[in-house]
Amino acid sequence: MKSLILIMISGALINNVVLNQFLGICSFLGVSKQMKASASLGVAVIFVLTIASAVASILYDLVLKPFNLDFMKTIVFILVIAALVQIVEMFLKKTSPAIYKALGIYLPLITTNCAVLGVALTNVQNGYNFIECVLSGFGTAVGYTLAIVLLAGIRSRIREEDLPAPLRGAPIVLISAALMSIAFMGFSGLSF
Amino acid sequence: MNKHIERLYNGLIKENPTLVLMLGMCPTLAVSTAAINGIGMGLSTTAVLILSNLVISLLRRVIPNEVRLPAYIVIVASLVTVTELLIEAYLPTVYEALGIYIPLIVVNCIILGRAEAYANKHEPGLSIMDGLGMGLGFTIALTLAGLFREVLGAGTAFGYRVLPESVSPMGIFIQPPGAFLIIALFIVIMNAIGIKTRQKQLVENDGCSGNCAACAMSCEERKEEAK
Repeated sequence: MKSLILIMISGALINNVVLNQFLGICSFLGVSKQMKASASLGVAVIFVLTIASAVASILYDLVLKPFNLDFMKTIVFILVIAALVQIVEMFLKKTSPAIYKALGIYLPLITTNCAVLGVALTNVQNGYNFIECVLSGFGTAVGYTLAIVLLAGIRSRIREEDLPAPLRGAPIVLISAALMSIAFMGFSGLSF
Repeated sequence: MNKHIERLYNGLIKENPTLVLMLGMCPTLAVSTAAINGIGMGLSTTAVLILSNLVISLLRRVIPNEVRLPAYIVIVASLVTVTELLIEAYLPTVYEALGIYIPLIVVNCIILGRAEAYANKHEPGLSIMDGLGMGLGFTIALTLAGLFREVLGAGTAFGYRVLPESVSPMGIFIQPPGAFLIIALFIVIMNAIGIKTRQKQLVENDGCSGNCAACAMSCEERKEEAK
């Protein structure tokens, strides 16, 4: 039980997917302009990453490992993730149009979000079982959401006209991210 | 200027993928802890990029337009797997240092971006040169970032000590926050000397393909602005 909690905390805070492992930087920098969009993307990532980790784990344990197709994992996982995103999109469109409307444009972006593939591959590397994979996926996605929502909050308070011209735009966002990363380094003391 | 040479110049300087187009930020930030890692990652990506550009350029009249993205992803993923196995077999130290980031070359925006923006419209020879130029541009940017971080954070360059023992290195630069700071510094310098980063322009050339989260996001903004 303790180890399961540790996997989640480690995924969300200690090894934060964005600020410590640099996965999903594209969307982290691109989408964090608006708070609402960041929160929606975060929810979509939690949704997809948890399901993707579960499906990848099942496929790896039941198909890839028994047939010695370990080397195929990158190809299989990226295809599974792409297909999964499509299915989730179609499913949401049919069953709950309201959620689809809120998350719709962000779902396709998740296919090429390296965090999803990264987590699936790391889970396999660590030899996690099914439950550990799901929890690690969920924890990582929560960490991603936390980071992008916090950055969006910081960005909404930056007044660009106060800055020297060369610092405007991308540099100040990266510096904010660096400061957040320093703060998150403090969580490394949590590993018990 | 010769068309092939022009492609090289374009990738290395005019449209440098990392410094000007700001693509492939994940590996840039993650593996630039030492200059030698930058070279390893850069050259691996270059190899994949040249081959994927070649294959996609050769197949550009065969792949139907509607399923081109899944087709490209399968091609790139296969090439990455081959590269990964070769690195694991012949360069185990590089494999150890780069770890998870080698399979993640699959989702590097630069590769799908070049397939979409260049290789599927041009002949194989030019596409190879485009891949080479872009790949080397990426390698140089990555090595430069790695070099800065290594010198500041560990006092060494390519493993050799360059700062005197009396200067204690600033460890923060080889830790995660240092990655963000160094890239921020690079962009500040580029802005200050007047080289514009051109993310918006790429979106126009690229036709909003939705390959990369950042590009697709600015697409959405552009569509809203147009309304």
